[in-house]
Amino acid sequence: MAVINPDNHGLRLVTRYVVLTLIALIFIFPLVFMVMSSFKPDLQLLRDTSSIRAFLPVGDISLNNYTAAFERAPIGLFVFNSVFVTGMTVLLSLFFCSLAAFSFAFLEWKGRGILLSIIIATLIVPFETIAIPLLLLVSKLPWIGFDGFSIGWLNSYRVQIIPWIVDGLTIFLFVQYFKDLPRDLIEASRVEGASWWQIYTKVVMPLSGPVIATAAILKFLAMYNQYLWPLIVVQEETYRPVLVGLQYFFQLNTAWGEIMAYLTVITVPVLAFYLVLQRAFIASIASTGVKG
Amino acid sequence: MASKLTTSNRAGWAFALPGFGLLAMFIVVPFFFAFFLSLTNQRLISPNPTEFVGLENYRNLLSIGVLTVEPERDNAGEIVRDADGNPEYPRVRTFTRNNPDYPQFDRMREWFRWHSGDNAKVVLAKDVVFWKSLRNTLMFVLVVAPVQAALALGLALLINQRLRGINIYRAVYFMPVVVSIVVVSLLWRFLYAEEGLLNSILQTLSFGAFEGRDWLGDENTALGAIKAMSIWQAVGFHMVIWLSGLQTISPTLYEASSIEGASKLQTFRYVTWPGLRNTAVLILIVITMQCFALFAQIDVMTNGGPLDSTTTVVFQAVERGYGKQDISGGSTISVILFLIVLTISFIQRYLTREK
Amino acid sequence: MKLTTTLAGALVASTSLVSMAAAQTELTMWYHGAGNEVESNILNGIIEDFNAAQSDWSVTVESFPQGSYNDSVVASALAGNLPCILDVDGPVMPNWAWAEYMQPLPISEDAIAGHLDATIGRWDGQVYSVGLWDAAVAMYTRQSTLDALGLRTPTLEEPWSLEEFNAALEAAKASGDFEYAFDPGMAWTGEWYPYAFSPFLQSFAGDIVDRSTYQTADGALNGDAALKFGEWWQGLFTNGYAPGTSQDPADRDNGFIDGKYAFSWNGNWAGKMALESGIDDLLFLPAPDFGNGSTIGAASWQFGVSSSCEHPAGAAAFVEHALQDKYLAAFSDGIGLIPSTAEAAAMSEGYAPGGPLEVFFELSNQQALVRPVTPGYVVAAKVFEKALADIANGADVADTLDAAVDEIDADIERNGGYGH
Repeated sequence: MAVINPDNHGLRLVTRYVVLTLIALIFIFPLVFMVMSSFKPDLQLLRDTSSIRAFLPVGDISLNNYTAAFERAPIGLFVFNSVFVTGMTVLLSLFFCSLAAFSFAFLEWKGRGILLSIIIATLIVPFETIAIPLLLLVSKLPWIGFDGFSIGWLNSYRVQIIPWIVDGLTIFLFVQYFKDLPRDLIEASRVEGASWWQIYTKVVMPLSGPVIATAAILKFLAMYNQYLWPLIVVQEETYRPVLVGLQYFFQLNTAWGEIMAYLTVITVPVLAFYLVLQRAFIASIASTGVKG
Repeated sequence: MASKLTTSNRAGWAFALPGFGLLAMFIVVPFFFAFFLSLTNQRLISPNPTEFVGLENYRNLLSIGVLTVEPERDNAGEIVRDADGNPEYPRVRTFTRNNPDYPQFDRMREWFRWHSGDNAKVVLAKDVVFWKSLRNTLMFVLVVAPVQAALALGLALLINQRLRGINIYRAVYFMPVVVSIVVVSLLWRFLYAEEGLLNSILQTLSFGAFEGRDWLGDENTALGAIKAMSIWQAVGFHMVIWLSGLQTISPTLYEASSIEGASKLQTFRYVTWPGLRNTAVLILIVITMQCFALFAQIDVMTNGGPLDSTTTVVFQAVERGYGKQDISGGSTISVILFLIVLTISFIQRYLTREK
Repeated sequence: MKLTTTLAGALVASTSLVSMAAAQTELTMWYHGAGNEVESNILNGIIEDFNAAQSDWSVTVESFPQGSYNDSVVASALAGNLPCILDVDGPVMPNWAWAEYMQPLPISEDAIAGHLDATIGRWDGQVYSVGLWDAAVAMYTRQSTLDALGLRTPTLEEPWSLEEFNAALEAAKASGDFEYAFDPGMAWTGEWYPYAFSPFLQSFAGDIVDRSTYQTADGALNGDAALKFGEWWQGLFTNGYAPGTSQDPADRDNGFIDGKYAFSWNGNWAGKMALESGIDDLLFLPAPDFGNGSTIGAASWQFGVSSSCEHPAGAAAFVEHALQDKYLAAFSDGIGLIPSTAEAAAMSEGYAPGGPLEVFFELSNQQALVRPVTPGYVVAAKVFEKALADIANGADVADTLDAAVDEIDADIERNGGYGH
């Protein structure tokens, strides 16, 4: 007769939590290091990196690095630029990509197959391989803006936004999602005489909450964390995003404390944004990611 | 299901054209531009006009050859050996520089060699750094793809239990994905330093038996260090995708297997894994794409060194095109990269097609 | 807080502009000082004075971080978007002049008479750029270190020879007092490597490229002299005298001050910090003479005018204004570099007779050799930097130098000889 040992059950529970926590520590420790270091003066910061003190708010804690960092570089401007560029790209992307995906998923038209194949094919092209030709291209493109006609898109918001509005992955996500929507709904609307535009706006998009969330968050992460492209196309301070601003801190005497403060300032908002939305986000990835 | 209700050329094109047009303009056109540039001698800055040079860039990049080198012999015809008893060989540069007997090897460098009998077979290449970058990139993909996918699956299985607060853990495991790879690289540079945290932790864990190493400064460990960091950053993303796949497996299947008394391993093999096939395919493809684009970590942490052990194809393309002002060279590398990725994705699609 | 000060500043500037004579032509200018408050402040002061002192021109400056400044200029040149007045690093200037980014600077010979030679950037027989300072490098050490190790103090007339320098390194290592005997500064990747280390190569009688024709590097970078240099360079690391390429940047900044290194090869811009750190017996020793004379690098940032600028005369006027001795002295006091005239040196804190940094002025005067004056320098520098790093990491010296030569030669050929 087996005796059910209640302690055994409790022990297994504890083990599970211990394992989960240990793993969690692995994932979180560099970020803790970053935040803690941002409060320490350079000399202490560097010494602490070789011991557990790196994770502890010990020693000479202050906000000096933050004030110094804000004096050295226009951080507010950089964050604004990043947020603006990211926001605009996400909004425009959601619109144009879903529009195109709608066409591929619901409509029959000549050339649909070819166009879709080309779009999927672009998924294979890593951005870095077209970076330089793209640079040459945008430097020669014309533009009609508030101050009239001009050639060349460098040093602007548009060069950071427009090339990124449409990408194969977003279109792909939307197409997969649309294909799973119930067809009869669409057919019923067509029978009632609705135009495609009405179907798009009134029927399909309202049902697309999950994929919109997924696409938006993926695009947001991609745009906010961009490094190479803004580096080569944005020279003037007014348009610089956050990661390019990092360069300001690498002078001949690198100010590591200020760098940590800067990294914290630019990372914490994204982390907070993610933590608040993470449940919805993970749910939406789950519902759209698997069909591929 | 084409019917009059769904066929609509005008609407179809109208909806798709803006998106497709933007894509064509900013991805397809530059891509063909890159193709075209690789056939010229376009520079980033130059007062000289651009000329068409055909496949010369490809030849300069890809030329390799094999040279058989016989060991040195002394006057009596005996092989000269060094202190360890290994035969001594003449220096490769005597064959490749100013040697009229071997014009095809002019200006090539040694990549690696192997021994067959007493002779050394030396593989020479015109651009050894490119081949090394290719090798590094492929090594990276071959290691990171399966390891990251497997780790992500393990984490997904771990997270896929009904424990209180499991969502907090899930959120934490995903956090590195949200942070920019540039930020991650900077932080890990500190951790990998010789007096850095990683060495301290390892020393404490091994009670002083482990000697601190210079992870990023040693050509044998640098790439591995970057692999570990890249996996750390991205595994949370794939964990979530596995999770969603796991959750589509019908619970009745699990009930059935537990009724039959299957062990955990058997359950995994016969119930879980088949249900994850689609997910596995997706994950593998995505990871592979991401691996080929390896650039930012190298740029921030090692600059391709030490001794070309961490240089990657994309890094070479950017360094040549932008750093050394050789746009045609950079474009050539880009085109080759594209062809490789294309081939691999065809292979992947073939291997994972529905049978 | 920064935003409001900027706004306030803009308001003041715009009102003062309105109150001035109407026909002030605007000249845009780019400078590499973003993130560096001291330099930016001095430059802004110079610009304000210039704008106030005359009514023909008005200069507005855009600031860039030094690290990505060159990339920014190249990208802008592609778009035809260059400012009027440009800041350019000395050795890069021939490349930009050849690429037609820059036009000759119409500055009068009087204005630049008496300036250190290396601060005048010439290409194709014309003046393209003028600098407000020059930079020099010296061997930092302490008198107490020399005494403790029993070493002779080298002077400008009698620097250390190769054997003496090696003996000094060995003595420092054997004493056990230092983590490393010598800190060349491997943590500062980039232009530092060619700037600081090619003088060693030149002192061995090698060079980055053959300066008689500038068409090849064969013989200069892989000849016997260069091979000797390569072997010596590799020896620094295999013998454990110097920290290698994975040196922590923080160690580079503070290591010598903290006593980790006996000798440190560093520029005069670090001199200020070293002096202020409390070392009372700091010495700046001249470079060793490895056989072909002691050499240090020369030429730093200089001002020039871009080819798309319609008012080169205005640019020249600004540069002439900026060349006044008081500004040269101000920059020197701020960032520790050598002012380009003797008069300005006398006015500065560091370089006046008896000043703590005075020795750098003579060093620069006597030992400075500019890096190769060729448009091909941009690529050659990168190739040389990689070769040095590879040799330091243990690669075969001859093969590495050969590969470097091949790459530089191929590049020169692909560019049609770079206009020489």
